[in-house]
Amino acid sequence: MKSTYRALYIFAISLAAALAAVLLGAVVLEILGKDPLAVYKVILTEPLKDLFGLTEISVRMVPLILVALGIAISFRSGILNIGAEGQIQMGVIAAAAAAIYLPSLPKIVILPLVLVAGALAGAIWASIAGWLKAKLNVSELLSTVMLNYIAAQLYGFLLRGPMIDPAELQVGSGTPQSVRLPKAAWIDRIIPGMRLHYGFVIAIVLAILVYVFLWRTKWGYALRAAGAGPKAARYGGIKVETCLIAAMALAGAFAGLAGAIEVTGLHRRAIEGISSGYGFSGIVVALFGGLHPAGIVPSAFFFGLLLIGADMTQRIMSVPANMVLVLQGAVILSIIAAKMLIADQYLFERFARMLEKRGRKAAGGKTKAGAGKAGAAKADRRREQP
Amino acid sequence: MNILTFIVNVLSIGIPFSVALLLASTGEMFNQRAGVFNLGCEGIMSMGAFLAFMPAHLLQNTSLAPYANLIGIAAAIVIGALFGLLFALVTVTFRAPQGIAGIGLHMFGWGVAGTLFRYFVGGVTGVPGLKNLPIPFLSRIPLIGPLLFNLNGLAYAAFILVPASWYILFKTPWGLKVRAVGTYPRAADTMGVNVSRTRYQALVAGGMLAGLAGAYLSLGQAKMFADDIVAGRGFIAVALVYFGRWNPYLILGGSLLFSVAQSFQLAIQVLGIRFPYEFAVMLPYVLVIVVLALTPGSVTRGPAELGKPFDREKRV
Repeated sequence: MKSTYRALYIFAISLAAALAAVLLGAVVLEILGKDPLAVYKVILTEPLKDLFGLTEISVRMVPLILVALGIAISFRSGILNIGAEGQIQMGVIAAAAAAIYLPSLPKIVILPLVLVAGALAGAIWASIAGWLKAKLNVSELLSTVMLNYIAAQLYGFLLRGPMIDPAELQVGSGTPQSVRLPKAAWIDRIIPGMRLHYGFVIAIVLAILVYVFLWRTKWGYALRAAGAGPKAARYGGIKVETCLIAAMALAGAFAGLAGAIEVTGLHRRAIEGISSGYGFSGIVVALFGGLHPAGIVPSAFFFGLLLIGADMTQRIMSVPANMVLVLQGAVILSIIAAKMLIADQYLFERFARMLEKRGRKAAGGKTKAGAGKAGAAKADRRREQP
Repeated sequence: MNILTFIVNVLSIGIPFSVALLLASTGEMFNQRAGVFNLGCEGIMSMGAFLAFMPAHLLQNTSLAPYANLIGIAAAIVIGALFGLLFALVTVTFRAPQGIAGIGLHMFGWGVAGTLFRYFVGGVTGVPGLKNLPIPFLSRIPLIGPLLFNLNGLAYAAFILVPASWYILFKTPWGLKVRAVGTYPRAADTMGVNVSRTRYQALVAGGMLAGLAGAYLSLGQAKMFADDIVAGRGFIAVALVYFGRWNPYLILGGSLLFSVAQSFQLAIQVLGIRFPYEFAVMLPYVLVIVVLALTPGSVTRGPAELGKPFDREKRV
């Protein structure tokens, strides 16, 4: 009986949270004078209508999954990485530089090198924040945000200066972008005519590997222990500071790899705005997926759908695509609130008692009322046990 | 060019630059003194900047134009209070983790401001903005006069706020309550202080100041609105609170230091010393990291319960 109540309780809270997020978005849509239901319908159904929409969602899923995996590792290790945006850009620039400046080698050699360069750059960029946190106790929230702004400027400088496509200078348009990467460094497309590429396979494989790493290896255990209870972990012989830096570096590596795959699989040259908010969307995807790879993949699908859907509403209903940020922010706020409510034992007991009472009322009969009180007392006693 | 005019030039840009940071970090200081870490400051500033800009933009050629700025500033304060309330609901009532909640609030505020702006305005357009109000006599003091006594109303208000918030924090019963719920909420609770209510009040007050900081950005500083007008100033404001050790005067010093550093970089570029402007733009963000790294222990000397939700029912 209790597990039924538990399930009902979780369902009720989740439903309330989802409604809250949808309502917050609806308020904004109402201000725009749009019918929220119609807009939501376009966002959620329009992209699913043809193969193009589906493949485009999958294209967005690749960076979302990778970034979210890194964020899940860092959150579970007790360090909040919100610098994925900058780490992606570092990954893009390192991968592009490797592809452009390395001598021409066969694809089997060059492509892994390029991807590793991207991951490494992201890892190094993130380690700055990890090191500052572990050694100097600098809040990683602030340092990663600052590193985002610094990375954006560095990225812009390299694309406008040393790495700019010489053709752009000749024509004089001066669009800040690199030359096209050599073909050997391209990730191939899966379906001809669609943009979906084999990076998707890499993302899914890595999701499985992250699960194995976090739950089936001693290193993963050490990271999770450092996150769940740093004092206990330290007592148990786990080097918490090392864990923090390692978790941050791993998170950065995933974000950097996401950038490397974006540039080699999708754009094939470094362009401005390539990270397009994936760093922040990744946080939402990770939280929505319960910080678990098995949840992150479907969650990435849902938010990929949202991204494409918002692009479509911009075209069809002229609702600015910034609407995605609104929904993502609302989702974050309602998820974390719902999580705390679900964990709240006291509230759950009240909910269970309320249901019990209602069940008895439905059954009728005055004699049962006394039993209801006894049940409530029993629930109280249960609560008093630690 | 002589040194004195150079310094005056730097300060005459730097001092007005500091106002938005000062307002936002004073608000954040009240939040953190009460034990709540509000990273959503950036998002609240976006909303404040947008709502302050809108009346000035819409009423430009109507008979209501003289009141547009006042309406906008009031709207920015109200939206700041509402966002503070939303943040309080999530972090105080539901006891959600504050860091992530702040990011959520930031994305929400930034998203709403961007959506409404793109839909109702579209492109970048200027507004008349706030006029400078020179103070009679004082503004005619050589050097200091034009620097300190020829600013707009919001800037004066921000500077008066520094001693005022010091007084509120350290000399009034409410200030004592705020500091108590941020340092030892259980003791405060035992003494009959309503911890949740005090934190709610501090968050609403902090939100109002963040909204006001946004209003200053769009009406006083840039005299226009763009999606990314805040450009990380909200996050810098949060860092300044650490740097300023949760003390209004030190926070004033911090905001001046930051904005003067920024205007110094601008002045150097004007002088013709060339270096890529990207590195100049980077400067304040690098400075934040350096400053945070060089003030070790600042985290331990802050409000003891900073970032921790208070659960009355929890056993000790």
